[in-house]
Amino acid sequence: MDAILIQLLNGLDKGAAYALIALGLTLVFGTLGIVNFAHGALFMLGAFCAVSFQQLLTISVKVVDPSITFFTAYKTQPYLEIWFGDVGLMMIDYAVPLSILMAIPVMLIIGLMIERGLIRHFYKRSHAEQILVTFGLAIVIQEVIRHFFGANPMPTPAPDIVSSSAQVGAWLGLSENLVYPWWRLIYLAFSALVIVSVFAFLQLTTFGMIVRAGMFDRQMVGFLGINVQRKFTIVFAIATVVAGLAGVMYAPILPPDYHMGMDFLVLSFVVVVVGGMGSLGGAVAAGFLLGIVQSFASMTVVNELIPGIDQVIIYLVAVIILLTRPRGLMGRQGVMED
Amino acid sequence: MGDVVFTKKGEKVMSKHSKEQATISRRNLLKASAALATAPLFFTKGAYAKDFINNPGKSPTVTLGFNVPQTGAYADEGADELRAFKLAVKHLNGEGDGGLMNTMKPMNLTGNGILGKKVVYVTGDTQTKSDAARASAKRMIEKDGVIMFSGGSSSGVAIAVQSLAQEAGVIFMAGLTHSNDTTGKDKRRYGFRHFFNAKMTGSALGPVLKEEMGVNRNAYHLTSDYTWGWTQEASIKETTEDLGWKTTATVRTPVGAGDFSQFITPILNSGADTLILNHYGKDMINSLTQSVQFGLRDKVVNGKQFEIIVPLYSRLMAQGAGKNLQGILGTTNWDWQLQDAGSKAFVKSFGTEYGFPPSMAAHTCYVQTLLYANACENAATFYPPEVIKQLEGFKFDGMGNGKTEYRAEDHQCFKDVLVVRGKQNPSSQFDLLDIVKEVPRAQVEYDASIFGGHLGPYKV
Repeated sequence: MDAILIQLLNGLDKGAAYALIALGLTLVFGTLGIVNFAHGALFMLGAFCAVSFQQLLTISVKVVDPSITFFTAYKTQPYLEIWFGDVGLMMIDYAVPLSILMAIPVMLIIGLMIERGLIRHFYKRSHAEQILVTFGLAIVIQEVIRHFFGANPMPTPAPDIVSSSAQVGAWLGLSENLVYPWWRLIYLAFSALVIVSVFAFLQLTTFGMIVRAGMFDRQMVGFLGINVQRKFTIVFAIATVVAGLAGVMYAPILPPDYHMGMDFLVLSFVVVVVGGMGSLGGAVAAGFLLGIVQSFASMTVVNELIPGIDQVIIYLVAVIILLTRPRGLMGRQGVMED
Repeated sequence: MGDVVFTKKGEKVMSKHSKEQATISRRNLLKASAALATAPLFFTKGAYAKDFINNPGKSPTVTLGFNVPQTGAYADEGADELRAFKLAVKHLNGEGDGGLMNTMKPMNLTGNGILGKKVVYVTGDTQTKSDAARASAKRMIEKDGVIMFSGGSSSGVAIAVQSLAQEAGVIFMAGLTHSNDTTGKDKRRYGFRHFFNAKMTGSALGPVLKEEMGVNRNAYHLTSDYTWGWTQEASIKETTEDLGWKTTATVRTPVGAGDFSQFITPILNSGADTLILNHYGKDMINSLTQSVQFGLRDKVVNGKQFEIIVPLYSRLMAQGAGKNLQGILGTTNWDWQLQDAGSKAFVKSFGTEYGFPPSMAAHTCYVQTLLYANACENAATFYPPEVIKQLEGFKFDGMGNGKTEYRAEDHQCFKDVLVVRGKQNPSSQFDLLDIVKEVPRAQVEYDASIFGGHLGPYKV
């Protein structure tokens, strides 16, 4: 029971990351019709927002070690600590959650720049060309990050208070060995909040209504005198912010490196396809479903039974779903169909 | 024979001097021929009548190939290796402060290149992928004409390019590779490893583990699923079981898994009180970070504090793991804080050149380049079989690891091994490891035959 519960939590946690990335991908595809292979790189950029913000908060005075003469070795003391004492240290400790404040405007601007500067020139091109240009963009973003931050993962710890594990077993009256990291629980809750916010935005606001209408029939909305294109530009920026926030909050779980986006990208596309091209609900449902399936497939007992199943299970499930429901879980007729 | 020289393509021609002799008189020619025919063979050293691939011949330069990961997860380590190679070339050509050429003993290097030829180099990107590394090495051999190539960061890559080296007849001086297989079942006559291996890690770590953690523990292994992980798991398991520890489970994890939570959660209820992470690089950073997040280091199991061991780690990786590595035991091939003359000379040289200390990967690559160059000088030729014979059994000192020997039977270097611990209170950004013990070479030596394999022929 303990093992099943913990794998369920793991699956939900993985699924949350997949769902957040797939949600952004689907938003972009549903509105702009663009297959955005740079979306994983945007997730990575979000994580590096957390890294940069942490580095900003820890700008330090350097106390040079005089015993070393061939190069400069030093110990650091952050200015925030010198100026504000414990309050300064607390700010550094909370660098990751605070970096959300920086990530939202930064990712919004990056999203607008990418859409206006590059993506809009490819609206009328074929999907193959869109994929090529966005994939190229992803590589450029990666290499820029590698140039400035190196190839090694960057430690980006969660605040001390949530860096340990929650006694999930004790809460539920199960084994005391059943623990789960606080930060992963927070990530799960955060993802749920972002997903609900995006859906609420699309369902409950006039802007969202226009976007949904545009996703359904872009031409008709245009005939009504609404500049759908401008709305879609904003949607691209929102999708960028969602990917960025997913990356920011994932930084303490997986120390960011320049390649982390690519690791998620392929799986996220599988999630989008399984969920149904252009279906936001499908993307979220498929994200959680595949996360949970992958987690259970990784259990030792399952792996002993079918070695290597954890590596292929997502693709097996995708094949089965697409065979039984060719448009994915919640796919609509006419999307990506000529 | 002393007047017989070779063109770049290895064609045998007579020198101007020989032609002059030939035109003097028939009597003199006959005398000369008789003298040459009876000359002892040692007079012919350095002028082999055999051709070999990429023979520099009369070229004023000799080309070395540095095949390192310039992209991918090990790009930082590759960049440091490349820095070390460039520094070695500089020193071989008589530029800079000479680095380890000031401390290496015995040594025939003069700062005049190799055998009087200026050393030039080409670089390649292995991408830490065997196929890319082989393609890059092949290009170096076939297009760039390298006489030797070097580089590393993955045992899978090292083994792949080592077999190519054997096929091509070009010496490969391995950089960072820690799998037992490199100089074990997959050893090759044309491959040489200065870096230590998993077996040596186990031998060095064992007594320290016994002293610090006792003889009654249950170990759980998470292992990278490729040659290095397998051999390290086997060696550490052998060591710990010899101490009396039980092995609770050995679980293989895919390389580059990223999220290790599904592998870590089963440990919580396994009854294990020790986690051994047979991971390196990014995998190590991620699995360690996540193990700490799952509270493993705070757990008390069977009345014992839960411990994590990372058998192989480097300072570059320690930077990525941050505080999570503090207090954790492991081994390393070399550390910039060693105080012997060789280490100090290398740190001075590298630090002055680049502004930070070298990594263990940089150290091993630098040393390998000098060792190859010195072997050529000793052999007085670039002819690979003769260079190989010079390296086999070569004993040297002053290179930062104490008295060292390139064992002839498997081309594995034997030297002191460092047991280290992640430093609790670093005094600087580079001060990340505490040296717990410098384990003497005698303690990590083993019988060359235990891993099997065949070196293969000298002539290919």
